[in-house]
Amino acid sequence: MRRESGGRVDRSRVLRFTFDGREYTGHPGDTLASALLANGVRRVAASVKLGRPRGVFSAGSEEPNALVQVETPFPEPMLTATTVELYDGLAARGLAGRGRLASEPDPARYDAVHAHCDVLVVGAGPAGLAAARAAAATGARVILADEQPEPGGGLLGTAETVDGTPGAEWAAATAAALEELPDVRVLRRTTVFGYYDDNYLVAVERRTNHLGAQAPAHVARERIWRIRARRVVLATGAHERPIAFAGNDLPGVMPAGAARTYLHRYGVLPGRRAVVFTANDSAYAAALDLADAGVDVAAIVDVRQAPGSCATRARERGIEVLTGHVVRQAHGDGQVDGVVAGTDGGDVLEERPIDADLLLVSGGWSPVVHLFSQSGGSLRYDEELGAMLPGRSRQAVEVAGAARGVFTLEACLADGAGAGERAVSGTGPAPVEPSPPAGVPYWLVPAADYSAHFVDLQRDVTVADVRRATGAGLRSVEHVKRYTTAGTAHDQGKTSGLLTTAVMAHLLGVPVADLGVTTFRAPYLPVSFAALAGRDRGELHDPVRVTALHEWHVANGALFENVGQWKRPWYYPRPGEDMEAAVLRECRAAREQVAAMDASTLGKIDVIGPDAGEFLDRLYTNLMSTLKVGAIRYGVMCRADGMVFDDGTVIRLAEDHFLVTTTTGNAAAVLDWMEEWLQTEWPSLRVYCTSVTEQWATVALVGPRSREVLARLAPGLPVGAAEFPFMTWREAEVAGLPARVCRISFSGELAYEINVTSWDGLRLWEAIMAEGVTPYGTETMHVLRAEKGYPIVGQDTDGTVTPHDLGMSWVVSKKKPDFVGKRSFGRADTARPDRKQLVGLLPEDPAFLLPEGTHLVAPETVGPGRRLPEPPVPMLGHVTSSYRSAALGRTFALALVKAGQSRYGERLYAPVGDTLVPVTVTSHVLYDPEGARRDG
Amino acid sequence: MLLIPCPWCGPRDEAEFHYGGQAHVAYPQDPAALSDEQWARYLFFRDNPKGVFAERWSHSAGCRRWFNALRDTATNEIHAVYRVGEPKPVTS
Amino acid sequence: MMQLPEHPDWLWESAAPKRSYDVVIVGAGGHGLATAYYLARNHGITDVAVLERGWLAGGNMARNTTIIRSNYLWDESAGIYEHALKLWETLEEELDYPLLFSQRGVLNLAHSLQDVRDSVRRVEANRLNGVDAEWLDPRQVKEVCPIVNISQDVRYPVLGATFQPRAGIAKHDHVAWGFAKAAAALGVHFVENCEVTGLRVSNGRVTGVETTRGTIGAGRVALCAAGHTSVVAATAGIDLPLQSHPLQALVSELLEPVHPTVVMSNAVHVYVSQAHKGELVMGAGIDAANSYRQRGAFHIIERQMAAALELFPVFARAHVLRTWGGVVDVSPDASPIVGLSPVEGLYLNCGWGTGGFKATPGVGWCFAHTVAHDEPHPLTAPFSLDRFVTGALVDEHGAAAVAH
Repeated sequence: MRRESGGRVDRSRVLRFTFDGREYTGHPGDTLASALLANGVRRVAASVKLGRPRGVFSAGSEEPNALVQVETPFPEPMLTATTVELYDGLAARGLAGRGRLASEPDPARYDAVHAHCDVLVVGAGPAGLAAARAAAATGARVILADEQPEPGGGLLGTAETVDGTPGAEWAAATAAALEELPDVRVLRRTTVFGYYDDNYLVAVERRTNHLGAQAPAHVARERIWRIRARRVVLATGAHERPIAFAGNDLPGVMPAGAARTYLHRYGVLPGRRAVVFTANDSAYAAALDLADAGVDVAAIVDVRQAPGSCATRARERGIEVLTGHVVRQAHGDGQVDGVVAGTDGGDVLEERPIDADLLLVSGGWSPVVHLFSQSGGSLRYDEELGAMLPGRSRQAVEVAGAARGVFTLEACLADGAGAGERAVSGTGPAPVEPSPPAGVPYWLVPAADYSAHFVDLQRDVTVADVRRATGAGLRSVEHVKRYTTAGTAHDQGKTSGLLTTAVMAHLLGVPVADLGVTTFRAPYLPVSFAALAGRDRGELHDPVRVTALHEWHVANGALFENVGQWKRPWYYPRPGEDMEAAVLRECRAAREQVAAMDASTLGKIDVIGPDAGEFLDRLYTNLMSTLKVGAIRYGVMCRADGMVFDDGTVIRLAEDHFLVTTTTGNAAAVLDWMEEWLQTEWPSLRVYCTSVTEQWATVALVGPRSREVLARLAPGLPVGAAEFPFMTWREAEVAGLPARVCRISFSGELAYEINVTSWDGLRLWEAIMAEGVTPYGTETMHVLRAEKGYPIVGQDTDGTVTPHDLGMSWVVSKKKPDFVGKRSFGRADTARPDRKQLVGLLPEDPAFLLPEGTHLVAPETVGPGRRLPEPPVPMLGHVTSSYRSAALGRTFALALVKAGQSRYGERLYAPVGDTLVPVTVTSHVLYDPEGARRDG
Repeated sequence: MLLIPCPWCGPRDEAEFHYGGQAHVAYPQDPAALSDEQWARYLFFRDNPKGVFAERWSHSAGCRRWFNALRDTATNEIHAVYRVGEPKPVTS
Repeated sequence: MMQLPEHPDWLWESAAPKRSYDVVIVGAGGHGLATAYYLARNHGITDVAVLERGWLAGGNMARNTTIIRSNYLWDESAGIYEHALKLWETLEEELDYPLLFSQRGVLNLAHSLQDVRDSVRRVEANRLNGVDAEWLDPRQVKEVCPIVNISQDVRYPVLGATFQPRAGIAKHDHVAWGFAKAAAALGVHFVENCEVTGLRVSNGRVTGVETTRGTIGAGRVALCAAGHTSVVAATAGIDLPLQSHPLQALVSELLEPVHPTVVMSNAVHVYVSQAHKGELVMGAGIDAANSYRQRGAFHIIERQMAAALELFPVFARAHVLRTWGGVVDVSPDASPIVGLSPVEGLYLNCGWGTGGFKATPGVGWCFAHTVAHDEPHPLTAPFSLDRFVTGALVDEHGAAAVAH
């Protein structure tokens, strides 16, 4: 119920929202949880396993209970009501442990930013603010991040003052003053959720969630901060712990500090008549504050026999204090309507029923050490506090305030200031002594039946479940976690983790410290997939590379193939043509007339220096140093294991200057390969390698009529077969553009490769097209080269194929003493005669197109009945490339076949679907084996 | 995301670098003279210590230089970086 | 409300180590536990201790994404993984333990024309090897998994997928505990918090292990130490062609069912399933650098999420609840090393990289045979250490879609 005044909500404005289909109102400053409590809604969700009613438990992000699904303005699963800021038009519903994903695309934007700072302060409570202020005072670059919409942390939930100013106002003023400084950034609604090596921390900033439908579309909804900090101050506070007793999951049971926060921050009373069950002094403050606000505090049930002055003060206020007592049970139908208190231990069971609709609990406080643990810091169990405290740190990190057991306001301010100072200069005041509230750690109210003593509220894990796990023989907290699922839910055990350990320790009769806790893992709070994906989606998922001619291809109806990051024209269908028809037409044009392809994507690397020839000799299987200036040679590179890595042409431009071409997909890998050898193995070689792929536009001009087209375009260039022989290059003016023309052929036809600067690429291409030349794409290129038996690295090879396997022993130098890969050819397996070798295949039915990937079996395997035996069926190899050939007037394929080069003429069978397709093995060179056509 | 101190550029995010495995594995002087076992050791066998490891990195999105680092594989702490050709630093 | 099968009331008891055992298995992960079980069950060898440096099945077994499939390209791989899958199919009855084994199928997506060729090649090889496999076009992919984005307008559109209907997932803890319980019932000891710090070798034969809990004698020692194999083997002077790297995974919160199968993509590197309770379980990429930290770099998770949303736009507002990492031992050909070692009585089972979980029963079966008979099992014989000398690799790098 909402009080008339008080709290930090703006009562002058009313926000309408619906929950579970019913309409309610709240105010700016509310969370969904505070608004529901203000409206008297106790039951918020149902538990995942048992379906028990669950209400708002905490007032923060550690919430285990009040799980909600937001439906409007856009569905978002599994949020905690305690962290959803209220906005007008919010529609949400309670969840039974499982959320629902939207079926429509998320329209929101997400982003990521990098930041560097001297000091990152996590948490803007008193310690964090003091730390940031101290660090910033020195002029250091400071980032202060806090998950709440306003600074203050714990101060927002108490009536404490700093220097006579109400805590929340002091926090706001302090943050405002910090923001005035040029090198300070205050991040609100920003949760630091991961702490990685070298002080790299990751945070998520929720920028527009709280605006609901008013969120501007151009602002990223959530933003990831990737922060590299010289030093970090963790001022992450502490979580109040529950106690395991019967019925401790009922709506109306909450940590004492949470009730105090609802009162002070939201002006909400979470109940009318309260019982306080505590083992320490901190809950007394909540009891007194609530009593002041008009709550009838029926009793304070204190585990301790002699609590001290706080009990005296409570009694002076007329509140009954039952010392040496515990709450044995909370009961009620769907929410707390009463508790049963009794003496703690002893043989005589005294029971005392007390009516109450609110049960405030404090079993102690657990410092939030998650990020410290993630940073690699060790944790130690503190017997007095009954909690894990930061131990030795591994990174440049300070912990301040309640996160290291400092609980009084003055001490937190001092501790924070000291940490801020040390974070800048490395020296400063020593950390202040921990000051936990007086009390004892208390975990479990003994009982005969533990089936309603909840340990993990969200996973419905009870003490009985933990007992069953230890009874099954389990002794590790990790095993008990997995057996019971305690700590695996949305809250990742923030309030339940240590309780589970303590219950185990109790059941096993061992110290809590011996058992420890399960590992703290990132993220500290759940983070949306979309935030982490950021802008790396759609077009920006991976860069798109296009050639200088791309627009022409698009305008002329090309379909594209992704090759690495490149978009390459695949084929150019004319109206009414399917792929097969288009490719056959393009192939015919290249074989019978003249055709052109954009070959600009081939990798191009300038290799320059006095030792360039020697360098290439070491990397290629064949000799390159003997290449004459003006000449071109095809080459193959192997990895050190002897398997083919890449192939391409090498052009000698000058004595000390080669231009190496690579396959499209491997260009970067080849350059890296060259640099690695040069820098790490052969630093004495005087060679420089430079990628020039994008400096050049390259057009392959192919076909018997290519010479006449080139002659027209380059009237100054002698193009005769003798004047411009195969495997040479010439500088020339082509279509009025300075060009380098290479006489090489990847099709077997008379062909030229014309290179101009990228700027001139489109003009060259348009000039060629104006000659009536047919454009062709990668598919036709593949067919043409396959007809000639030229392999494509990556298609006809798979990392297990040597040059010999490809029938290219001729490209492997026998003269060179060594080159990369040579030694591997002599190994037993590499020298095997029955290795898989590249061959041609002709289906006996010349119209039958073998699917690429089809395997081959021997006649003896299928037997006279032409049936496959039971698996496993011995396989001889597989089809790597398969096409319809216009030139051959039939289908054909390339295949890697065991001992294939000795099988020419043999019949093999290719299982395709339910049929066995007979094929004949041939040489892989199927078209113009004499090479007569390359001179036109 | 490690912060790797490139000896040429200074500290940079790990994402700018390419990993190269164990350092100081020289290409054999005369591969032809090696037995298959010895050649296999060069090809496939690399140290895999849990502790300080001399390893290669290339600052592939920066200066594109290869260099060596001493990093503890148990903690990811980088003890030293040094240029190719420089001797492996002695660390405690 | 959701109910999953309960674990049994009794599992196993962590033992104090005896002075010696017939067989000591180093590593109480899935492979170590399965080996122990089959040593006892198939070979009657029960004087066995499984030593674990932390808690039982707390290494990669507790950290993997539980994908089970056998649709590998090479005959050698298909042999061992299919053997494992057949064992998976009866393992719940065998172990009398609810393993949540769910044959919901696995899709391996193809995103380029070369992916398509490689995929068809693998499907055809699988069929001839007796492994169920289908090639699906994008529309069929959508029928199997309606939330996959098959729009052709995305950066790397889905061009199709291989589908293995018998593949699926199982719950890792249940599998480990099922083997542990069954092995314990046959007399096997589990010694936890017992790190092996050295192998004792005398005259070329293993005689025991040094541990943080003292020396333990052993007639035979079987290494199932995954990412830490190099460290253990090095104590006997054995070098292995392994590199240890962190591999990360993550889960979301519990969600209503949206994802009925398992989807893996090599090109955009995603593998994801939705577990029984409803959480999305996803694997991320491997860290490039060697490391024994059970934790990877965060930019790899961020990339992983971007890839996931390319394929599954509906995941946008799901949340990452927890990330973690394991240390995987990767061999040069991305295939395991199983068999004899240079030291007599010492047996190797390592190099499973990112793919060991699915092999658990199969490798346990074969490795137990190796330990019992001092000879490789025919199904693991191709995975000998010697292959790196001869060059007869089983190269799953370029060939199989993804090795997870």
